[in-house]
Amino acid sequence: MNKVVSSFAEAVADVPDGAVIMMDGFGGPGGMPQHLILALRDNGAKGLTIISNTAGLPDFGSLGVAVAVTHNVLMENGQVRKVIASFPVSASPARPNAFELLYREGKIELELSPQGTLAERIRAGGAGIPAFYTPTGAGTPVAQGKEVRTFNGRACVLEHALLADFAFIRAHQADTLGNLSYRGTSRNFNALMATAARITIAEVDEVMEPGGIGPEAIMTPGIYVKRIVKR
Amino acid sequence: MPERLDRELIAMRVAQELPEGAYVNLGIGIPTLVSQFLPPGRTVVYHSESGVLGYGPLAGQGQEDIDLINAGGQFLLPTPGMAFFNSAEGFAMVRGGHIDVAVMGAFQVSEKGDLANWMLPARGVGNIGGAMDLAAGARRVIVAMEHTDPQGKPKIVRRCAYPITGPGCVSLIVTDVAVIEVSPAGLTLLEVAPGWSPREVQEITEAHLSVARDLREMGF
Repeated sequence: MNKVVSSFAEAVADVPDGAVIMMDGFGGPGGMPQHLILALRDNGAKGLTIISNTAGLPDFGSLGVAVAVTHNVLMENGQVRKVIASFPVSASPARPNAFELLYREGKIELELSPQGTLAERIRAGGAGIPAFYTPTGAGTPVAQGKEVRTFNGRACVLEHALLADFAFIRAHQADTLGNLSYRGTSRNFNALMATAARITIAEVDEVMEPGGIGPEAIMTPGIYVKRIVKR
Repeated sequence: MPERLDRELIAMRVAQELPEGAYVNLGIGIPTLVSQFLPPGRTVVYHSESGVLGYGPLAGQGQEDIDLINAGGQFLLPTPGMAFFNSAEGFAMVRGGHIDVAVMGAFQVSEKGDLANWMLPARGVGNIGGAMDLAAGARRVIVAMEHTDPQGKPKIVRRCAYPITGPGCVSLIVTDVAVIEVSPAGLTLLEVAPGWSPREVQEITEAHLSVARDLREMGF
């Protein structure tokens, strides 16, 4: 068994129009599967649903690191129909991202989910739990149209699991069996999304033989991962 | 009206509210400044939605590591004892009641402690991020903000006009003119900024403020 694919183009070649794709991209370039995003742009699939914490980041040049590639690339290329996210727009209304410009024109759909609810929906999807109740969002617009039930005196909202056709993962190390490790805060949504897609593709810095990542250091066991591409 | 406190002084006053050994989440804006002003000798552990516990100072120019950020996207320095985790675990800490104090900014806070901080209706879209989970899950929510909005309108109101983040979740409000406690009985003015009278604070507050019997001046 060897899950290594030789190019990013090959890794995303079977992404069809209308696919649902999970990808990380928290608040900076770390954890962003930049090469897979570029390959998806070149693949050209349209009508995509993107599940992600953010929906495209501003340029972080002022912080000393430029973000060359984010979801903005896919938005600007007109490939995205819908976004499921917790932090979809830039913090400053004066600097709208590509998603917000499309949203204002009614050209893209948004499903807004609190961040912890989004994380748990993805975790649940990967774990075979179809839905769960959470106190987060009860009594707010997020609960509108959803079942609300009281547990131990607290109102809780029924939230449904999320699954995807593909997950684009940014990991640090992989072995050829698909076991992954992450660096620092780039684990956050990556390690969850890896579990919740039919086809999980990992973009990594380094590919090792089995045993290269110690069994205690493996954060995503290879059972979840279908394809690995080295940057 | 007397002079208002600057953002650093608001943060300095909030820092006094963090107990020794507390697990603390700091939101974007004024709350981010709080960690700089922790009283000497006090140790708290900071949690961030980016998937880290126990972070220390921000990284300086040239020290940035793209895989080491807080929830605001600021770069952190590696710190002994810090722990990384995925976002499901990070929010299990929040909803599970393991975060002792969350400090957040706000657009509006109501007299019932309702918090509105994720969307300005005029924009038509907003960011929830971790705010709703923290509002629902943190043991104590402190709001740190300016007392009035950029147009001079009160931000402490009878009912939030903006979409809310969580009902009845705020325990304490620290602003540039006052410290106000939220309880089932309503809002109590505990402290006023130097030079401010309770009447002057009430004039820029829509909700009714009861004045604490032992009203004090904010100290730093």
